[in-house]
Amino acid sequence: MATPYAKLPGWVEYVLIPLINLIVAFAVAGLVVLLVGQSPIRAATLLVDGAFGYGEGIGYTLYYATTFIFTGLAVAVAFHCKLFNIGGEGQAYIGGIGVALACLTFDTILPWYLTFIVATIGAALFGAAWAFIPAYLRAKRGSHIVITTIMFNFIASSVMIYLLVEVMKPAGTMSPQTRTFGEGGQLPQLDWLMAIFGLDIGGAPFNVSFLLALAAAVFVWVLIWRTKLGYEIRTMGFSEKAARYAGIKDSRIIIIAMLISGALAGMMALNPIMGEQGRMQLDFVAGAGFVGIAVALMGRSHPAGIIPAAILFGMLYQGGAEISFEMPEISRDMIVIIQGLVILFAGALENTFRPAISRFFGARAAKTPPVSVGSAG
Amino acid sequence: MNETAIELIGINKRFGLVHANKDISLKVRKGTIHGIIGENGAGKSTLMSILYGFYEADSGEILVDGTKRKITNPNEAIAAGIGMVHQHFMLVDNFTVLENIMLGAEDSAILNKGIARARAELKRLERDYALEVDPDAVIEELPVGLQQRVEILKALYRGAEILILDEPTGVLTPPEADHLFRILGQLKDQGKTIIFITHKLREIMAITDEVSVMRQGELVGTRQTADTSVEELASLMVGRRVLLRVEKGPANPGDVKLSVRNLTVKDSRGVTVVDNVSLDVRAGEIVGIAGVAGNGQSQLLETIAGIRTASGGEVYLNGKPVDISGKADPAELRRRGLAHVPEDRHHMGLILEFEEAESAILGYHDQPDYLNGVFLNVDAIRKDAEAKIKAYDIRPANARLKTANFSGGNQQKVVLAREIEQDPDVLIIGQPTRGVDVGAIEFIHKRIIEMRDAGKAVLLVSVELDEIRALSDRILVMFAGRVVGERDGEAGEDDLGLLMAGIEEDREAAE
Repeated sequence: MATPYAKLPGWVEYVLIPLINLIVAFAVAGLVVLLVGQSPIRAATLLVDGAFGYGEGIGYTLYYATTFIFTGLAVAVAFHCKLFNIGGEGQAYIGGIGVALACLTFDTILPWYLTFIVATIGAALFGAAWAFIPAYLRAKRGSHIVITTIMFNFIASSVMIYLLVEVMKPAGTMSPQTRTFGEGGQLPQLDWLMAIFGLDIGGAPFNVSFLLALAAAVFVWVLIWRTKLGYEIRTMGFSEKAARYAGIKDSRIIIIAMLISGALAGMMALNPIMGEQGRMQLDFVAGAGFVGIAVALMGRSHPAGIIPAAILFGMLYQGGAEISFEMPEISRDMIVIIQGLVILFAGALENTFRPAISRFFGARAAKTPPVSVGSAG
Repeated sequence: MNETAIELIGINKRFGLVHANKDISLKVRKGTIHGIIGENGAGKSTLMSILYGFYEADSGEILVDGTKRKITNPNEAIAAGIGMVHQHFMLVDNFTVLENIMLGAEDSAILNKGIARARAELKRLERDYALEVDPDAVIEELPVGLQQRVEILKALYRGAEILILDEPTGVLTPPEADHLFRILGQLKDQGKTIIFITHKLREIMAITDEVSVMRQGELVGTRQTADTSVEELASLMVGRRVLLRVEKGPANPGDVKLSVRNLTVKDSRGVTVVDNVSLDVRAGEIVGIAGVAGNGQSQLLETIAGIRTASGGEVYLNGKPVDISGKADPAELRRRGLAHVPEDRHHMGLILEFEEAESAILGYHDQPDYLNGVFLNVDAIRKDAEAKIKAYDIRPANARLKTANFSGGNQQKVVLAREIEQDPDVLIIGQPTRGVDVGAIEFIHKRIIEMRDAGKAVLLVSVELDEIRALSDRILVMFAGRVVGERDGEAGEDDLGLLMAGIEEDREAAE
């Protein structure tokens, strides 16, 4: 039989289809807004304006995007190995320990850029370590990675509560958080970068970890498509039988892919801890690990797709906050519904409109002689 | 007898860019066996799926008994009196024969009455068509030949006047196939119309009254079987004359390159699938393993290649022992000079989602030629792939195209080029031409013989007896995991057919 969907031109595959999915998601979200008796147009205007309309808004959008790039890349790397790493949330949370330890130790001794290096390594190590246990269980015992990583999210949450309340909280304070870091433990804003575009980001915590996120995106691209390890990861991801045939050690590849995934998720902690708060607080991940799944799905597990998808979700976060501020009838939970709809249409229902679109382009292409004919019959 | 049972007029069907059926018009006369032959991918199955309502044609008409019918799903096909026997049986393995036959035609929610009626009806069908089968036997305990009979009964139970059989002999031994042909003859005598799809010319000549040939989605001709020849049909199928049997000189066997001693393999359920098999393959000879699919050949091949673990026995490669306990990984065996063309091209031999150039290094991706340290040397990989595309005439000649976009024959050439060009000492090949078009078969057979003539040891597994006979210098026959006989390359088909069916008593039981 023929392949289920005909091959489409690149721009249709990577631009048009995601765009249509997005438009439908927003249309349905608009209906929801209408249902609570509000104007969807006003909400949409607020969303876009709040996210991109002024310097500080853009700063916040990109701040959130930084977080989502890390978690999106984390999910993508595992996904190339056909591992559904749901544990980005927990890995990022535990990764925070690495950041906090580096900052608490060096914030008064080292300048920020040296602390940043140590903190990055710490975040990656702690995140990877948290991913290692589910990876090992999957590789050696065949445990289902979805189940184990979900469970590890809960464990991470409890561990962090314990640590923040009992161990890392300075004596005599009331809130479960570390002390505020000194100057060597806080990342500078990227205000100079935005100033090039004539924008003033004001108090937005858009910081240098954004640059690290971009570097991570390049790293992931090189890793997956240009290294032997990436080749082996992709082979495993597409066909375990083929990997066995090719002599690829499956358990080794599974563990390595999960370690890289966990490390990337852990590095997310740099952004809120060193870049915004200047201390580690309870629940600083705030669902970013799960948003990473949507970002990776929408970005087709490709860094070039993950960055725009992360910015889109950054926009939903920032613009959404703006909506709930300006339109109190639309609660914070409504914003979550809208985000959910985007995930639903962009991720889960990704192929909803594909048959119609490929029929359209198939019919068009048929008028010109086909370049190559695949197998049918 | 000249009434038309089925008439197709101007059928067109596209899948995206692929035009699978181009303006096909076809008449099938009532009470005849009408063969449809064509290479894989010629559009035969698509056409039949349209007739049976799996697909809807983009344009065109279907006439059944002279009346125009709209068939958009299998239920409508059944209502029009069309039944289908699928290539892969659509039976529930742990149901009985009776339950399977009733499935989808139960009459009511309470089964009592339906069962009684079905049992009576089944008796009648068995009597009328000599299709004996125990109605209370569980499907998975029946041999494939009988399972197929159940499929046929299922169609007849639903009142089929027109039966479509899609590649029905693929899973059968030669004696079982002969028996099927006798059944089809009886059905024809009773006035049923049969459409018989195959890519085997011999079968067309043996049982059909008329034959239509398909090529690349088009119907290129219809002939009275009595008035045509194998050569004419073959050239219609490929569009040019083909060499059906490749020329090959006598073998010059040298030293033993691959030696298997008392190899025993169990599957995941602990069932012995390879039972105490010993064989030697010498340099410069092709050893063929014949057998009906599922008699342990695949597992034997995978164990030798290091993919499966053995539970007992020894394997020697170039005289040195191979660790068959699961530690000998395929990469190590490759370095020791063993190349493997796997049976399952789609899931093992290639990664369909990869670019052709990426698939073309699978298993050899850790060779220094293809690497710059830890990085892939993409330029070298593509250049290498392009050279092989040229040498093996792989089409389309584009190393950056997804592997899935190549036809079966071209995909197989990608695998062969990869394995052969590594200059191995031992080449083991599973199903070299399964799903491969006739033109490419000739090319692949020639390459395999060239390997032999270059002094390589070749171990070949194929369920196509013709292929085994055309290529092998020695033939081993496997049945139920054991090697039940050895013949030279000139062994007759009947002789091998009996061996493939196991022992005489088994054959009786099957008939």
